[in-house]
Amino acid sequence: MRQRQTLSSRLWAAGIWLLVALFVLNLTAVIATVIVSSFATRWLGTWLPSGWTVDWYASAWSEFQLADVLTTTFEVASFVVLISGLVGAPAAYALARRDFPGKKLVMLLMLTPLLAPPITYGIPLATVLYSAGFAGKLSGVVMANLVPSVPFVVLVLIPFVEQIDPKIEGAARVFGAGTFRLFWHILMPLLAPGVLAALLLVLVRTLAMFELTFLTSGPTSQTLVVALYYAVFAAGVRPEQSINAMAVIFMLTSMVWLVVALRFVNPTQIVARARKAPA
Amino acid sequence: MAAAPSARAPFDGVALLAAPAALILCALFLYPFAYGLWLSFVPAAGGALANYRKFFADPFLYGTIATTLWLALPVTLLNLAVAVPVAMRVRLMRNQRLLTTILVLPITLGVVLIAQGLLTYLGPQGWFNRALMTLGLVSHPVRLVHDYWGVFLSLFLTGFPFTFLLTLSHVSGIDPALEQAAATLGANARQRFLAVILPLLAPGLAIAFCLSFVQAFSVFPSAILLGAPAGPTRVISIAAYQAAFEDFDYSMASAIAMLMGGVQLAIIAAVLGLRGLAYRGPAGGGKG
Repeated sequence: MRQRQTLSSRLWAAGIWLLVALFVLNLTAVIATVIVSSFATRWLGTWLPSGWTVDWYASAWSEFQLADVLTTTFEVASFVVLISGLVGAPAAYALARRDFPGKKLVMLLMLTPLLAPPITYGIPLATVLYSAGFAGKLSGVVMANLVPSVPFVVLVLIPFVEQIDPKIEGAARVFGAGTFRLFWHILMPLLAPGVLAALLLVLVRTLAMFELTFLTSGPTSQTLVVALYYAVFAAGVRPEQSINAMAVIFMLTSMVWLVVALRFVNPTQIVARARKAPA
Repeated sequence: MAAAPSARAPFDGVALLAAPAALILCALFLYPFAYGLWLSFVPAAGGALANYRKFFADPFLYGTIATTLWLALPVTLLNLAVAVPVAMRVRLMRNQRLLTTILVLPITLGVVLIAQGLLTYLGPQGWFNRALMTLGLVSHPVRLVHDYWGVFLSLFLTGFPFTFLLTLSHVSGIDPALEQAAATLGANARQRFLAVILPLLAPGLAIAFCLSFVQAFSVFPSAILLGAPAGPTRVISIAAYQAAFEDFDYSMASAIAMLMGGVQLAIIAAVLGLRGLAYRGPAGGGKG
């Protein structure tokens, strides 16, 4: 269908693209500022720094004890990914395949943590974890991060399970497959792309999850994003380039996983539940 | 014969697979929430309602609700107002992947990184002010950081992509045939949007508004790092945090958290109530 293009509709379209271009330009400039500053010897009152260096990375690495922080970050992320996968995938299967009394309540229990902002439930949760002695430790941080992660895995996986024809499982049963073989040879291969996508997204989200980790972590259980917050908060104590070098390291740790994740999922899925599950 | 498992199969234990997830959420979400609600009525001193009375008696505390709304509502409305026309355009694009990938960056990088970037970028020596001065739009650097506008812009930078991607997924769900039918019948672009697209989009927009609003309302790290946390951007989450981790009054902190949840719920209920007045039905077209 070819429509007549009036002048006003062309102007409107041009205006919208200009808006998008301005947004992308500013966004790129914000990220570029961080990167440029991390390589700058001195950057005051000019468009670009007066010289370039990589020394800030070495000083950030030792000043902020990034070796320890990165270890903690990946310990937290691995536990969160592992537990939410082990718990979330079976739950998604049950919710996609069966109708049972109280299913609506379970679904509501899965949806609410994703809709409630972390600060609202994070403060009561931190209170409980402090009185139970978990807060400040790695275990407390992992527990807090499970609250949004488990429902996320469940909700991402439900459409993946739904698109597997139950007849395939029935056929396997007819040919004598036991529950274990059914799971290992039929469900696992079919669900693998979905599970991988869900877990990668949980990883990316856990690396960037600030509020819950901030409220429940202690000095030895900070993840990189919380360490970055403290560095920015105390800006002025440390050279800005050093903080920016740390920010670039943080950016790299999440971007690697985001790039991997985007091979399996559509960017829209990071925000919204996809209408159609990807094949 | 092994029956194919169907949605109406008798109870056979498969449903129990959902139990571990449900238990974890009961222990780590439902219980803390209930505990927080109970704790908020057991203040350190005074009667059951002492925390809430204290909150609404102290302008430094109750003022945070207005401060947060004054930040969250305009940002959410702006996000939505920009997201709808952009999504309407982008849905016609054949290759959306590059744009959506760029836009998902601020969401995955998180508010702390964006705040650190904006501190330099919007600062008096930053590229933003330099560009404005080079273009001759201003003669002196504009004060943007450590102020309302720094937080506003950071909420726009992370919130717009979120709202846009949500809106795009709703807009893409509308059958283009409906709009083409309207065009065949002689409706111009404005009429097609107002009479066909908007009514179909309204429920999706209501949800996008709620989710974006909840994100903006719980603004926390950028209000501290980029804003003036003692003044114009002292938002309610800062008040809750200070009660818990600076005054160690967990009872008061829980009360503020509950009030925060209550305000959000009220706004969401209002928006979804309005949605109830809008058209409900298929957006897929066809017969029906």
